[in-house]
Amino acid sequence: MKRKILGTLIAGLVMGVAANGAWAQAKISGNTVKIGVLTDLSGLYSDLGGQGSVIAAQMAVEDFKAQAKPAYAIEVVSADHQNKADIGSNKAREWYDTQGVDMITDVLNSAVAIAVSKVTAEKKRVLIDVGAASTRLTNEDCTPYTVHYAYDTYALAVGTGKATVKSGGDTWFFLTADYAFGHSLEKDTSEVVKANGGKVLGAVRHPLNASDFSSFLLQAQASKAKIIGLANAGGDTINTIKAAAEFGITKNQSLAGLLVFINDVHAIGLPATQGMLLTTGFYWDRNDETRAFGKRFFAKAKKMPSMIHAGVYSATMTYLKAVQTVGTDDADAVMKQLKATTINDFFAKGGKIREDGRMIYDMYLVEVKKPAESKYPWDYYKIKAVIPGNEAYQPLSMSRCPFIKK
Amino acid sequence: MELFGIPIQALMSQLMLGLVNGSFYAMLSLGLAVIFGMLNIINFAHGALYMMGAMVAWMGLNYFGVSYWWSLLLAPSVVGLIGIAIERSMLRWLYKLDHLYGLLLTFGLALIIEGIFRDQYGVSGLPYSIPEELGGAFDLGFMFLPKYRAWVIVASLSVCVATWYMIEKTKLGAYLRAATENPQLTQAFGINVPLLVMVTYGFGVALAGFAGVLAAPAMQVSPLMGSNLIIVVFAVVVIGGMGSIFGSIVTGLVLGLIEGMTKVFYPEASSTVVFVIMALVLLIRPAGLFGREK
Repeated sequence: MKRKILGTLIAGLVMGVAANGAWAQAKISGNTVKIGVLTDLSGLYSDLGGQGSVIAAQMAVEDFKAQAKPAYAIEVVSADHQNKADIGSNKAREWYDTQGVDMITDVLNSAVAIAVSKVTAEKKRVLIDVGAASTRLTNEDCTPYTVHYAYDTYALAVGTGKATVKSGGDTWFFLTADYAFGHSLEKDTSEVVKANGGKVLGAVRHPLNASDFSSFLLQAQASKAKIIGLANAGGDTINTIKAAAEFGITKNQSLAGLLVFINDVHAIGLPATQGMLLTTGFYWDRNDETRAFGKRFFAKAKKMPSMIHAGVYSATMTYLKAVQTVGTDDADAVMKQLKATTINDFFAKGGKIREDGRMIYDMYLVEVKKPAESKYPWDYYKIKAVIPGNEAYQPLSMSRCPFIKK
Repeated sequence: MELFGIPIQALMSQLMLGLVNGSFYAMLSLGLAVIFGMLNIINFAHGALYMMGAMVAWMGLNYFGVSYWWSLLLAPSVVGLIGIAIERSMLRWLYKLDHLYGLLLTFGLALIIEGIFRDQYGVSGLPYSIPEELGGAFDLGFMFLPKYRAWVIVASLSVCVATWYMIEKTKLGAYLRAATENPQLTQAFGINVPLLVMVTYGFGVALAGFAGVLAAPAMQVSPLMGSNLIIVVFAVVVIGGMGSIFGSIVTGLVLGLIEGMTKVFYPEASSTVVFVIMALVLLIRPAGLFGREK
């Protein structure tokens, strides 16, 4: 009899453990948390995100494993969206449907980001977008499953636009890349300039990937505006700045780069970029924590991290911590946790993910150093001002996101 | 004084800038025209080789301290030698085939070359400053013309004229033209046609390399710099007439000027205007402005 009871007990115990195991598995799908880095691995923007973003995500996963020792596996996969919205959304669909990807990150290029955010909402997974600029991600095209992590056109406009007008640069002329991103950056910045008492004298729309900008610059020069706002990105910005230095434009007028990454400054060199004001969410040489990350990243990627690289690390880490806390990779539970989390790492201090998905954290207004002030490689920026998160980002009251109750 | 609501001064300066861009078009389309004229190859790798010229200049400066002036000589030579290697190992098997094969091969080569550089150096580009001797600018009264841009016009026009002279007026040029017209007969006269063809290809791509070095201080030195330009240059070649030496030079300059004007009057169309002109020319003169019907 005793033996029978013992047997039952053991059987019960075994079943219980087994059931428990199965239960735990259901909480983390496939017992693996899979993170997809979807970025431009080969084109125009591949230095800003690209392979560097993959490295950053892997670093975050390794660090998280070392700290939290999770019982499940964590994997990073990556793909090239080639800056094409259809390729990006197809890849996201494939990842969600067949590969069990739980979260997609980076996704620079606003057009691709908006397409991927729609697929993500449909499949009920998580998109933490770091690289895209358009405010549409948290306004017209917002979804409950999208987080917009590092910066947006509003923050760039507020940061650089406001500071420039306040320091006397009250007349503006825009050089604008002739597509959605350029137009929205120009519009956001014009509004900020006007709101602060400045005037917009005109704009010239140039085609994307134009190789020669001297002609547009001469038009800007003829406008006699104090500030030439560059509402473009990547190679276009680089070519504009180079030509401006060559044509002596910067003697009487100042350039305001509205979306300039540290890689761009590195590519142009300090002689042509010195004195330029720009807004960024991350600078590697800001404090000990950022330096430590910068140096670790440099050892792997052979370049200092851009705002996007640092953001991908932070976003991945924040996501993994949320999964750990709620004990599941179920998107609804994780999103709820993400929106309740305060992010405190080298990237964001007191960062909060708002209801509309916008991550609110402090941005920095920086000035590019003179060649003589730069003491070591990648020593490029002086921090002029910290822009508190609630000033940098569009207030929730102005949100055009349909599910935000006002 | 104003013309169509634009001050004459502004118009003059835009024409000047158009001439600078036109010089690049002229030099690149000249190389393409020479290669197409002699080899019947549509050299899609031209943009990649132009990029290579700029990259070789950058590498020379950064790894070996080679100055800009030496690069003007060295980079085209390196690019020319690479061109010769390409011709010997791959292109020469394609002369008897349809144009399409040469086009596909060179297009593939362009992708490979760009891919290698992109993998090594990224796409943001590399800094290359203007040589000290050419810093500063001329004040022309109506505009402020950087000395470097003036130098670009002078250098590229000299190279274009020299090339034209060599092909049209010298004995070597006569051999070349004969070899194009009738290779068998030319060979029967004891002239080494395969050698001529090889040298021609090397020279054509060296022109691209030279344009690359000229572009390095003024534009972004990046692995994608060639592919941004090459499509326009092909349009220039089509407008000028495939294979016409003189046509490619003149068309390059004129299109630079027209593009410059478009940038003033309707900047949004500045990247399309060349193609609109191409379509018009093809409708009216399918062989191009300076081309001959075969």
